[in-house]
Amino acid sequence: MSNRILTISAAMSEAIAQEMRADPSVFVMGEDIGAYGGIFGATTGLLDEFGAERIRDTPISETAFIGASVGAAMSGMRPIAELMFVDFFGVCMDAIYNLAAKNTYFSGGACPVPMVLMMAGGGGYSDGAQHSQTLYATFAHMPGLKVVTPSNAHDAKGMMIAAIRDDNPVVFMFHKGLQGLGWMASVEGAATKVPEEAYTLPFGEVAVRRTGADVSIVALGLMVHRAIEAAEILQKEGIDAEIIDLRTLVPLDRDGVFRSVKKTGRMVVVDEDYTSYGVTAEVIASVVERDISVLKAAPKRVAYPDIPIPYARPMEQMALPNAVNIAEAARAAFTSKG
Amino acid sequence: MKPSKENLLWMYEAMVQARHYEETMARAYMEGKSPKFDIGSGPVPGEMHLAAGQEPCAAGVCAHLRPTDTVTATHRPHHAAIAKGVDLNRMTAEIFGKATGLGGGRGGHMHLFDPDVHFSCSGIIGESCGPAVGAALAAQMQKRDDVAVAYLGDGAANQGAFHEALNLAAIWNLPVIFVVEDNSYGISVPKSASTAIAHNSDRAGAYGMAGEYVADNDVLGVFAAAGKAVKRAREGKGPSLIEVETYRYFGHFQGDPELYRPKGEVEALKAKDPIARLREHILKEGAHDEAALDAALATAHDAVDAAFAFARQSPDAAPKDALSAVFV
Repeated sequence: MSNRILTISAAMSEAIAQEMRADPSVFVMGEDIGAYGGIFGATTGLLDEFGAERIRDTPISETAFIGASVGAAMSGMRPIAELMFVDFFGVCMDAIYNLAAKNTYFSGGACPVPMVLMMAGGGGYSDGAQHSQTLYATFAHMPGLKVVTPSNAHDAKGMMIAAIRDDNPVVFMFHKGLQGLGWMASVEGAATKVPEEAYTLPFGEVAVRRTGADVSIVALGLMVHRAIEAAEILQKEGIDAEIIDLRTLVPLDRDGVFRSVKKTGRMVVVDEDYTSYGVTAEVIASVVERDISVLKAAPKRVAYPDIPIPYARPMEQMALPNAVNIAEAARAAFTSKG
Repeated sequence: MKPSKENLLWMYEAMVQARHYEETMARAYMEGKSPKFDIGSGPVPGEMHLAAGQEPCAAGVCAHLRPTDTVTATHRPHHAAIAKGVDLNRMTAEIFGKATGLGGGRGGHMHLFDPDVHFSCSGIIGESCGPAVGAALAAQMQKRDDVAVAYLGDGAANQGAFHEALNLAAIWNLPVIFVVEDNSYGISVPKSASTAIAHNSDRAGAYGMAGEYVADNDVLGVFAAAGKAVKRAREGKGPSLIEVETYRYFGHFQGDPELYRPKGEVEALKAKDPIARLREHILKEGAHDEAALDAALATAHDAVDAAFAFARQSPDAAPKDALSAVFV
């Protein structure tokens, strides 16, 4: 096991490079993914090694190049398209959910679409409501797309390689605040040891980030790190939290979540995406519809309120889930009789 | 570029096959839909968009294509599918919602996929463009001299997807041909009310590519324009845009009351039917005689009739199969 520490962005670009060396059908296209190296660093250094034909800067026309990714994927290539900010999906959603997501089904499996669509989500740095959303659930809601979101560099590399090798369209959502960029604060725990060699991580398996006996805190992406901070607060109060990192929304490891909640009897689900009709409700439903009796208390959710994301720091920071309000929810679950 | 004798016979057969297909489908579609018209009833449920009259766009272009070339078609796809060589039996079975269909009944008439001949289509206006660009990009990167053809209607030429795709194809010099089927209507809105210029092919200049307008639904004109475009694409000289003035004999969809359409328009169009004109041309040129054309017509009709028989005799899609094939 290598001891080197990589950021998520470095792990992503290493994963892409290794797959591009191994498979000539893999290529990347998107805005500013060439000389710039990707606004969020996912393609840093790749242009030098692979050239402009395979590291292909596009005009700002997401409908065309994501539609083209679908066509290329159906013609023997394995494109990786970068949408940049997830917030931009509105200009090209048709290519995503009417073409990429449905062609496999329409064709009865005869025409798979082996493409990766990577995009950055997440707020917390006052970029306003058009550049700070996460929107995981929107994609997870549409059948035909796999949706993955790593919380650390080790997962990012293994999940990116798995996504590239997957014969289905995979939406790879990374969080800007975990990327380890030079110009934006990054959570320290996101940079981890990453093996040198290529490896894959299976989709649909939660990771237990911290074992605990009293309450399960289920989270994804950046919120895994907030949940870990909350667990430290709770530990001081004698509450032992288990942290479950979902890692993939489609497929969703409902068994893994259930296993943890069955053990602890209490659950808090944390999501940076909007509260209503989202990940939190889905995860809670997957437990209670299986066996509500495993719960000793009503489940709690901590998610983004149903408002566009405010610009001003005090407002945005209030709205974002943080360790304090996650701990508060866990405490409430712990003391509630249900 | 003039068609060879073989080209002429092939185009004639493709056109009569497509015409017979649409007329047969029009009748099959109406089964079970009277006395009260219900779009979801009968052996062919759902919307049905027929392309009778538009055959020159399919035959004149696909005459230059081979199975490894890609065609992405529109919500009105049958004539293009037939000319591209899509499996007729499985296509018809798909439209009848049968287990033997191209997608096992999951797609339906607007969502036909035949990977053997690289054919697909989309029910979304303008969304044939991006995938054709991608197929052309794949061919370029894989160093194959295959080309891609995107069909779209004159209504779709006002969509962003069309303009973005043209730009992308042009900057990357891709072997793709955009074929606009100008049938005068975007659903019910006449082209004159939706498009500020007479010919969408003029828009090619804005993207630095060749553009050509073919008037009067003339299959020989389509053949010539497409021949140049396909040659250009295969030689690595980039994309082209062709707009074909074509005719739509049926409504936008079957059951469309066509209140937007001037009285007598279809009759006037049928008086200069492109299939009759091609037949006349072939005979006049002496390329083939009546007997050869009749034989081609009979072969084409037989294939269509056999396809409808195959579809009707095939087992229905099993309800539980709806739950498979989301992922491979």
